[in-house]
Amino acid sequence: MAVAATPLHKQMSKRARRDMWTFFAFTGPTFILLAVFIFWPIFYSFYLSLFKWNMVSPRKTFLGLQNYKDMFSDDVFRLVVKNTLIMAFFTVVVKMAISLYLATQLNKKIRGSNFYRAIIFSPTFTANVAIAMVWAWIFEPTYGLMRSFLRPLGLPMIDWLKSTSHSLPAVIIVLIWSGIGYDMVLFLAALKNVPLEIYEAAIVDGASPFHVFWKITFPLISPTTFFLTITGFINVLKAFDIARIMTEGGPLNSSNVYVHYLYQNAFQWFRAGYASALALVLFLFIMIITLIQNRLSKSWVHY
Amino acid sequence: MKHRINIRALASKLFTHFVLIIATLVIGLPFVWMLSTSIKGPTEVAMFPPVWWPKVVRFDNFVTAWNTAPFGRFYVNSIVTAAAGVILGVVTAAFAAYAFARIRYKHRNFFFLVMLAAMMIPGQVALIPNYVILAKLNWINTYQGIVVPHVANVFGAFLLRQYFLTIPDDLYDAAQIDGLGHTRTLFHVALPLSRPVLGTLLLYLFIQKWNAYLWPLIVTNKQNMRTLPVGLAMIRSAEYSIGPEHLMAASIFVLMPVLIAYFLAQKQLIEGIAAGAVKG
Repeated sequence: MAVAATPLHKQMSKRARRDMWTFFAFTGPTFILLAVFIFWPIFYSFYLSLFKWNMVSPRKTFLGLQNYKDMFSDDVFRLVVKNTLIMAFFTVVVKMAISLYLATQLNKKIRGSNFYRAIIFSPTFTANVAIAMVWAWIFEPTYGLMRSFLRPLGLPMIDWLKSTSHSLPAVIIVLIWSGIGYDMVLFLAALKNVPLEIYEAAIVDGASPFHVFWKITFPLISPTTFFLTITGFINVLKAFDIARIMTEGGPLNSSNVYVHYLYQNAFQWFRAGYASALALVLFLFIMIITLIQNRLSKSWVHY
Repeated sequence: MKHRINIRALASKLFTHFVLIIATLVIGLPFVWMLSTSIKGPTEVAMFPPVWWPKVVRFDNFVTAWNTAPFGRFYVNSIVTAAAGVILGVVTAAFAAYAFARIRYKHRNFFFLVMLAAMMIPGQVALIPNYVILAKLNWINTYQGIVVPHVANVFGAFLLRQYFLTIPDDLYDAAQIDGLGHTRTLFHVALPLSRPVLGTLLLYLFIQKWNAYLWPLIVTNKQNMRTLPVGLAMIRSAEYSIGPEHLMAASIFVLMPVLIAYFLAQKQLIEGIAAGAVKG
């Protein structure tokens, strides 16, 4: 036995070694790119966040944790965080409520459902720049489409994008508009997975449709609801394009949001150190949300 | 009794259509408004209440828009960078996916987790370091600068791996008996059998890269290196003074290829997204 085992063992290890090298050759490109452009930047961001640096000069001035301390005394930063959280909250809640309702309607056997779905989903694949462009024109105070919808309601003429009270709501409206389709399609997929027998049994038992929805359907699709809440929230934290093009964060930072402020600091004002501190805080915040998501989703799923 | 139930069923059906038509209008009207503005003359643009269909259709707006900035060049830049990004992205993802699905290695699961961890890191955090790296490489204002930082694509690798795992072992064994190595098994067995998911992935990546704004904005500062979305955003700023009709026409330049692709393959794309997101 022992005599026979030695060559076999050697043969296996030779094969295992060859497999290992193939494995590294195949995954190598992906891992090298991830290391250079995703993992290393985290450490480099932290390093840069300890300095004052204008991105061009060879000299960096060491500041320690001053950039992080500055965030707490920066009024614009506080406003930007508030705007971002308001935007995330309203976008996610309104978008999901509407898309869940539309998904329940689309889940009924009706003609033309593919047509409805295709149109409602289409903003998902539309360039944000073009979306922002047409919505900026819709919000135009004198000739814009929004005015002609609001005037019959007796509402005054509003210059949405130039008003400190209306610029953020305008951005939120566009984010909701462009995000409904994606959430709706995922809700629809979840609804299709609910077995029909459950509904039939409930209806035989005399439950009202409203009751059936809240007591049966809603708990059964809760993993999707949870997934969309978390990913939707994170996506709004990362949003840049719409705010950049519609308002450039203005007026007076009333629609400035996190990544846009980061961009301004880094690439308009060349405050690379401060911007790196902003980036790192965003990273930690998203990391914490993701870890909570992983923890909760294990105890959340209903089957 | 039966009659009443039918009326109620009909009423509920009509209500469903009513709700969905409203939603379709709300989502669809901005696109119609874009198109309608793009073919108006300057007086009709400045009319309130707005006209939906102009008396004279002005296709020359598209010519004017095309000439306000080098849109031909933007098109070339967008096509080159999106195509290169998609091809490199799918090839690297396919190799990684195959390794994770088929090649035995002790620490495979550990590396798989490392790869998935990368998916949690938002690209926005890496903007400054990536810019610094590219500046050192002298890659600012180059195609490789736009493309390379976003080639690695964990989502694609994950999606393809899941698909490769569903292919029966017999087929892989047969390939091995025929003397095919891993590379040829990947290209002659695994990928051809994954055609449905591969098609969705290609299209999805292409659209994502075609629409990208933030990174191309940062990494280009010469007009002749801008991609379509960056170029479109630029013509709105003060350097040019053009009317909304030209801005809408230029927006259509950016949207057209994606909208055509979307309506040709919308069923596959929508269902692919639903399946991918639910599983992933």
